[in-house]
Amino acid sequence: MWPNRGIAWQVMRISLEPRVAPSRAMRWASPLVAVALTMLLGVVLFAALGKDPLAGLHAFFIAPIDSVNGVAELLIKASPLTIIAIGLAVGFRGNVWNIGAEGQLVVGAIAAGWVALQPALAESALTLPAMIVAGALGGMAWAAIPAWLRTRFNANEILVSLMLTYVAQLLLNYLVFGPWRDPQGFNAPQSPLFPEAAMLPILIEGTRLNASVLLTLTAVAVGWVFLSRSFPGYQTRVSGLSGAAARYAGFSERRTVWVGMLAGGAAAGLAGVGEAAGTLGQLLPSLSPGYGFIAIIVAFVGRLHPVGILFAGLLMSLLYLGGDSAQISMGLPAAAAALFQGALLFFLLGTDVLVNYRVRVRRSATTASAQGAA
Amino acid sequence: MDAITPVVIATLGAGTPLIYAALGELVTEKAGVLNLGVEGMMLVGAIVAFILVLTTGSTTVGVAGAAVAGALMALLFAFVTLTLQANQVAAGLALAIFGTGASAFIGKGYIGVALERATPAGFTLPIDIPLVGPLLQALHPLVYLSWLVFAGVSWFLARSRVGLALRAVGESPGSAHAVGYPVIRIRYLATLFGGAMAGIGGAYLSVVYAPLWLEGMVAGRGWIALALVVFATWRPARVMLGAYLFGGITIIQFFAQGAGVGVASQFMSMLPYLATIVVLILISRDATRMRLNAPVSLGKPFHPSS
Repeated sequence: MWPNRGIAWQVMRISLEPRVAPSRAMRWASPLVAVALTMLLGVVLFAALGKDPLAGLHAFFIAPIDSVNGVAELLIKASPLTIIAIGLAVGFRGNVWNIGAEGQLVVGAIAAGWVALQPALAESALTLPAMIVAGALGGMAWAAIPAWLRTRFNANEILVSLMLTYVAQLLLNYLVFGPWRDPQGFNAPQSPLFPEAAMLPILIEGTRLNASVLLTLTAVAVGWVFLSRSFPGYQTRVSGLSGAAARYAGFSERRTVWVGMLAGGAAAGLAGVGEAAGTLGQLLPSLSPGYGFIAIIVAFVGRLHPVGILFAGLLMSLLYLGGDSAQISMGLPAAAAALFQGALLFFLLGTDVLVNYRVRVRRSATTASAQGAA
Repeated sequence: MDAITPVVIATLGAGTPLIYAALGELVTEKAGVLNLGVEGMMLVGAIVAFILVLTTGSTTVGVAGAAVAGALMALLFAFVTLTLQANQVAAGLALAIFGTGASAFIGKGYIGVALERATPAGFTLPIDIPLVGPLLQALHPLVYLSWLVFAGVSWFLARSRVGLALRAVGESPGSAHAVGYPVIRIRYLATLFGGAMAGIGGAYLSVVYAPLWLEGMVAGRGWIALALVVFATWRPARVMLGAYLFGGITIIQFFAQGAGVGVASQFMSMLPYLATIVVLILISRDATRMRLNAPVSLGKPFHPSS
C-alpha cells in the first residue's frame, strides 16, 4: 500500500493526525513561519545567483524603508493591496472566488478617469467625490457581471471574473490608444493629465503619499465592522464554512455571492481611483502592477481578517519595493518580487496544515520498509 | 494554396496549446483534483522550452524539458494540496501567480530573442489530394502529437483498468480507498500528467506558435483551457471540438485585420475571452447536467483517516 499520509524514510515516519479542533496559535503562527520560509528561499536564491545573501535581504527588506520617502512609498503600494484584499476577503469568507479584481480596478480607474476628463468639472470641488463614487460603481458594475452570471446561469465566477480582467485591460488599451489619447502626448498611449481638482491631495509634502491611504484606512474599519460585527458578515461566514448549514438557517446563497462580488468590486474600483487620481494623475495601459492578483495573496496571508490584511498588505508592498531596490543595487530581475509573493502564499498554504493537523514522528523501521520508497 | 487551407492551418495551430493544457487538466479533474494553476504551468513550460531550444537547438529536448518543468510545478501543487491538505482553489491561484513570477524571473534575459521558425516536418502524401495534401505538409509534429495524446487519453479513461480506477477516485475517493486503490498516489500521478501537458502546451506557444518569449505570453490560455474542460463536460472529444472552436475565434482577428474590418483591434482581441464567458453560460445553465457530469469529489480534499 501507498503511505497515504506522510513521507516514509528508512527509520522514521512522519504522519499527520487531525486535530480535534483547529489550533488558534497555529492560525496566527503559520503566516510568520511562511514569511520566514520565504526569506530562507531568498537567501538560497541569492546564494545560487552568486550574490551575497545578507546584502540581498538588506536590499529587499531594509533599504526600501530607511527614509521617510521610502515609508511613504511603502504606504502608497500597500494602500491598493490592502483595500482590494479586504473587499476580496468578504467574498473568500463565503467561498465566492472573485479573482478578477485586477479588471475591476481597471474599470474603476476608467470610470474615475471619465469624470476627471469632463471639461465642465475641471474646477469643481465635487470632482474628486464624484470620481470616488464613479470608481467604486465602475468596479462594482464589472464585478456584478460574474455575480449575475453565477446566480442566474450557474457560471463559474472564477473563470468569468478572470476573463473580464483581460477584457477590461483591452478596453483601457483601446481608450488610451484611441479616443482618450492625449493630443499633446507625442502619440504616447496615455490620457491627458487630470486637472488639479481631480487629484487626491498629498498628505506629506515632499513625498507622493496621497489621500488614497485614508480611503484604505476607512475600508479597514468598515471591513472589520462588516466581517466581525454585522449580520450579513456572519451569514457570509456561515455560508463559507458550511453551505448546508447556511441553507438550513435560511441564508440566501445568492446574497452571499452578490455581497462578496460587489464588496470586492467596490474595493478594487476604489483602488483604481487611488492609482489614477493619486500617483499617476492620468490613465495609462500599465495602470496597476498586478495589484488585483497580489491582493489575493494579501487576503490569504492576512487570514481574511482586516487587521491581518493590513499587515500583509504592508509586507507585500515591501516585497514590491524590495524587488525594485534589489534590481537597482544587485542587478536582480524585478520579477524576483513576484516570485517571492507567489512563494509566500505557497508556504502559507503548506504551513496551514499545522492548523488542522498535528505532526507525529514515529520510529518504525518495519512499516517504512514494507511501504517501500515513497 | 486555396483560400481555406491557411485558415484551417491557423485554426489547428491556435487550438493545439489549448488541447494539451485542457486534456491534461481533464485527467487531473477526473481524479478529483482541481488545479487552477494551468496558466502558471504553461508559462513555466514556455520559458523552459524556449531556453532549451535556444541553447540545444533541439525542439524535442525543449518539449521534453517543458513537460518536466510543468510536472514539477504540478508536484508543488500536489504536495501542498494532497499531502498537506491545503485548499485546492487557493493553491491553484498561488501556482498561477507563482508560475507567472517564476517564468518572468527565469526569462528576464530572453525577451526579444527570436527563435528560427521551425520548418514543419509534415507528411508528403504519395498522391496529391487537394486541401488535405498541403495541410498535412504544413502542420507541426506537435499538432500530430496532440492528436495522439487525445487518442491516448480517450482510450485510457474509457477503456483501461487504471483509467477506471482514476475515475473511481474522482467520483468517490472513500469507496476507492476502501477497495484498496491508492487514492493519493493516483491523484498525484493525474496531477503530474496535467502539469506535463500544460508544460507542453506552453512549449508549443513559445517554440512553435510565436516563436519567441514574452512575459505573460500565455495570455489567459491556461484559464481558457480550464473553461474548456467545463465546456466539454469532462469528455475528451468535446475538448478537441472546443479547442479548435477557440482556435478559430483567436485567429478571426488576424484575418479580419487583413480584410480591413473597421473594428479596433482591441475589440477583436476580446473575442476569445468573451466567447469563453458565453460558452460557460450556455453549458452551466443546466445545473443538473453539470452535476451529472462533473467528477463528484472535484476539489475536495481526501484524508483516509477522516
